[in-house]
Amino acid sequence: MTEPLLSVEDLKTYFPIKGGVFRTTVGHVKAVDGVSFAIKNGETFGLVGESGCGKSTTGRTILRLAPKTAGKVLYKGQDLYALNKHDMRKLRPKLQLVFQDPYSSLNPRIKVGDAIGEAMLDHGLIPRRELRDRVKETMQLCGLSPHYIDRYPHEFSGGQRQRIGIARALILNPDFMVADEPISALDVSIQAQIINLFSDLQQEKGLTYLFISHDLSVVEHLCSSIGVMYLGSMAELADKDELFKNPLHPYTKALLSAIPVPDPTVRRERIVLTGDIPSPANPPAGCKFHTRCPVAMERCRHEVPALRDVGAGHQVACHLV
Amino acid sequence: MAKDLVEFRHLRTTFHTEGGAVKAVNDVSFNIKEGEIVCVVGESGCGKSVTALSLMRLVSLPGKIEGGEILFEGKDILKASDREMRRLRGNQLSMIFQEPMSSLNPVLKIGEQIMEPILEHQIISKKDAKKRAIELISLVGIPRPEAIFASYPHELSGGMRQRIMIAIALGCEPKLLIADEPTTALDVTIQAQILELMKELIEKFNMSIMLITHDLGVVAEMADYVVVMYAGKVVEETNVLELFKNPRHPYTKGLLKAKPVINQRMERLYTIPGQVPNPAELGNHCFFADRCESCMDICRRQYPPFKEYEDGHKTACWLYEKEGMQP
Repeated sequence: MTEPLLSVEDLKTYFPIKGGVFRTTVGHVKAVDGVSFAIKNGETFGLVGESGCGKSTTGRTILRLAPKTAGKVLYKGQDLYALNKHDMRKLRPKLQLVFQDPYSSLNPRIKVGDAIGEAMLDHGLIPRRELRDRVKETMQLCGLSPHYIDRYPHEFSGGQRQRIGIARALILNPDFMVADEPISALDVSIQAQIINLFSDLQQEKGLTYLFISHDLSVVEHLCSSIGVMYLGSMAELADKDELFKNPLHPYTKALLSAIPVPDPTVRRERIVLTGDIPSPANPPAGCKFHTRCPVAMERCRHEVPALRDVGAGHQVACHLV
Repeated sequence: MAKDLVEFRHLRTTFHTEGGAVKAVNDVSFNIKEGEIVCVVGESGCGKSVTALSLMRLVSLPGKIEGGEILFEGKDILKASDREMRRLRGNQLSMIFQEPMSSLNPVLKIGEQIMEPILEHQIISKKDAKKRAIELISLVGIPRPEAIFASYPHELSGGMRQRIMIAIALGCEPKLLIADEPTTALDVTIQAQILELMKELIEKFNMSIMLITHDLGVVAEMADYVVVMYAGKVVEETNVLELFKNPRHPYTKGLLKAKPVINQRMERLYTIPGQVPNPAELGNHCFFADRCESCMDICRRQYPPFKEYEDGHKTACWLYEKEGMQP
């Protein structure tokens, strides 16, 4: 059993809702509401769920980009929130983030070479005269031709921009990378290229990823463990093989069955969930999923199911299991 | 054998931009039969949306329909007067869009937006139109239709807004529903609901659907007939079973292989190398040549003819042109 590189313990992130004349806090959006998991060194942990389930906020809270309300984030045993500003800044290069939208995450007025190299200078990791070679090297590694170093972002396609985004994170030689829906804005034929780039980089550099996605088929391809989130809580957590072979939570089952399979001869029994995702400002009492659950019981309306281990690290939060 | 409802014949739509003329739709021909779901697949910029907009005659400057015919029930839409066109749009031809938030008017109540096309196209009293609108809201599977009738778009979720878009489109019982990436902006569980709903409605209304998508999973689930587009041209078309069993064009094959599929593990994903060519700089050769694994000399010199090879399976590829040149 290897020590986890990063572990999250009962993490909570609440955003206050201001209202009234004096802008007092009238409630909270519980974006992340008590999530725990651990990511082993060199593995890819997938976080899946629908929009508004708190998966992105979890990623940002881990990197201290959103304020936590409670809980712990341990990186190599060190609580990130216990670090002062100076120490946290020193650690930043090791913890990097790749964004979803390659169009809005690059400054259109900055040449890509400068955008990629910026953080290296900022952190004083390299003398200026060596920077250019380092940037070119990183671009090459991410499948970008080094000739493009003096071009501007608008001259690149979506897939290439995402490679730039990855290069920006990679040049700092990080240990851990949060990839927040890095391929959902891309075309199908380009998605495959970026997925392969992620796995190549992992093999070459021994990176650890937190891969946030709403697409279970991508997560299955890339990740070794998967957490399924619903309305700020972890519904199910297991390693990949176990989760796909033996999904236990009704929400996981529904998610799996909702994905269209590119084979017209397969006609599956599909679990179509009724209704929409409730608002995280006012989540249902009891099990948060009970309003849409096809097998909900009376007990689910009152009692919050705890996340329990059902064997071999497979955890699920459901009264039925 | 069902009749053809829509026939695209050598349609050309060009955008005259500063960077040159972009042939967004470049000699596109295919048919949509009555009661059939035709999926148009391709990546962004391949011309699938512009094909649909040409059919609605909603291409705006600098775009222009420059040639060809679009027959709707045998009549050429491109020759119809603006008045005739207004009578078709929202009535026999309806369209729903990808982003349900930006296609609904935020300052009008849901009910008014559903009633608008009904009052425009039918001789009906306002009271009956309201009744019809409430029926439509419950038809698309939204509970409490009276309350929803009086609410504003911002009060609804993405999935509900897309249902409202469908309700508006169905108001006059159209013969053809054009759905341009209707589920792309939605979550998977909501996508499943909307696709289910569309399947139910096609039976109820006996209409045809032109479904534009980039998701081959959606194609497999929904389509009767598939048209694959690349860089403004149709590269392959056939019925859905044949397409998935026996894809012919290397681009179609690549798309099918590049998509990760649940419960089918592989070490590495197949990738189509390179990227979509700049639409303003297309030559006379096959547009896919630079990305194609089985590219031959002729592919770089001449665009392949679009031909039917067997049983309605049409493709534009030199690989199938001559005997003995099989891959």
